[in-house]
Amino acid sequence: MTRDEITAGLAEILEEVAGVNPDDVAEGKSFTDDLDVDSLSMVEVVVAAEEKFGVKIPDNEVQNLKTVGDAVSYIEAQS
Amino acid sequence: MSRPDVVVTGLGATTPLGGDVASTWDAMLAGRSGVSALTQEWAAQLPVRIAAQLAVDPAEVLDRVKLRRLDRSEAIAIIAARQAWADAGLADGGPDPERLAVSVGSGIGGATTLLAQDDILEASGPRRVSPHTVPMLMPNGPAAWVGLELGAKAGVHSVASACATGAEAIALGLDIIRAGRADVVVAGGTEAVIHPLPIAGFASMRAMSTRNDDPEKASRPWDKGRDGFVLGEGAGVVVLERAEHAAARGARVYARLAGAGITSDAYDIVQPHAEGEGAIRAIARAVADADVARTDIVHVNAHATSTPVGDMLEIGALRQAVGDHPVLTATKSMTGHLLGAAGALESIATILAIRDGVIPPTINLDDPDDGMSLDVAAHKARHLEIPAALNNAFGFGGHNVALVFTRP
Repeated sequence: MTRDEITAGLAEILEEVAGVNPDDVAEGKSFTDDLDVDSLSMVEVVVAAEEKFGVKIPDNEVQNLKTVGDAVSYIEAQS
Repeated sequence: MSRPDVVVTGLGATTPLGGDVASTWDAMLAGRSGVSALTQEWAAQLPVRIAAQLAVDPAEVLDRVKLRRLDRSEAIAIIAARQAWADAGLADGGPDPERLAVSVGSGIGGATTLLAQDDILEASGPRRVSPHTVPMLMPNGPAAWVGLELGAKAGVHSVASACATGAEAIALGLDIIRAGRADVVVAGGTEAVIHPLPIAGFASMRAMSTRNDDPEKASRPWDKGRDGFVLGEGAGVVVLERAEHAAARGARVYARLAGAGITSDAYDIVQPHAEGEGAIRAIARAVADADVARTDIVHVNAHATSTPVGDMLEIGALRQAVGDHPVLTATKSMTGHLLGAAGALESIATILAIRDGVIPPTINLDDPDDGMSLDVAAHKARHLEIPAALNNAFGFGGHNVALVFTRP
């Protein structure tokens, strides 16, 4: 899976869970500061991403995933 | 210092009869039933397959992402509160947030969220349980969400007294303003538990009508053929305001909330007191608190749920505490029983009856019970000048609440 495909997959999840416009989702964007994803919604995003990409994202990793790019890199490395 | 007068300046509701107060009131005056057959697959196995479901789904009003985080009871509380807020002329600027309080309760709370998340827990494990579960199912959720929406900082309260909740929440709002803790209180009740488990529970108590083949005729307070209540869902919210505060901003006033009476039976967890002792005291207290003559109370929106025992006990209580003169109605004949929202919706009906000088009908009262000794606006709305009116609400647990509204 390419980085663009992972980003597109995350954009789908973010739209479903938090109403984020897919056009706003890019690797440089911060989940909290740019995309307005609150902490409870972030939990939903993580669980949905685990299911969609077949990876495990432990809770202690989630705090390191500040941007969409961070998440893409983590998922890319795990899958 | 004299006790401040409290008035009603805004109304909001979403009910089985309509998505707002105006459509609900029109349907009530026309005598329409909001009860229908439950066509959901899960209903087929139940002994009760009828209910009064919302006329307008919350998904038509609130956006999808917001709804994901809300129990249905919270969503409709927000919808009704927004309406009441706008109706009171506060949408463009409310009171000082530290003088604004919320008192919104639910009889059962976020039961459908609890049950849906339990299904997920069983099927997919704990990690799949939504992080929104707790704020969705907590009983203070509706009040807290309304407080967030409106920016209320003088306290957010969530009364729980079963089917008396909506009325007790309004009574608490009266107390808060009288005590000087707020100038405006957004008060009411909400309920949304049309789900197989609560229905099965009420049905096991033999409390519900099983007139499954004739839904619109199932809710029939005081009629000989009544066989239990019909479950309804909805929310009703009123804006209560210190009269001087309302006058200072030139607000339109629907009615005065003149008095309230709250008592408890200390008798049985579900059965009302055999002589209606607690109900009589609640009504008498409300009348005394309102400082109106009993003869001025010419209309009562009764609790009357269409159960064999409760309906007639209330008649006895009314005769003793008010007299033989009031004209009654039971709007649950049309809306079903909204449990924790009932007292709030019926307060709204009482307030509008005073404003318009018209009592909404009690439908399905074809063959009144032999003990039915008071006048009822049966079948058709009745025009009557109403200086003061009473709304009763009683709940499992032995809760009795009576509210007296008067012309402003």
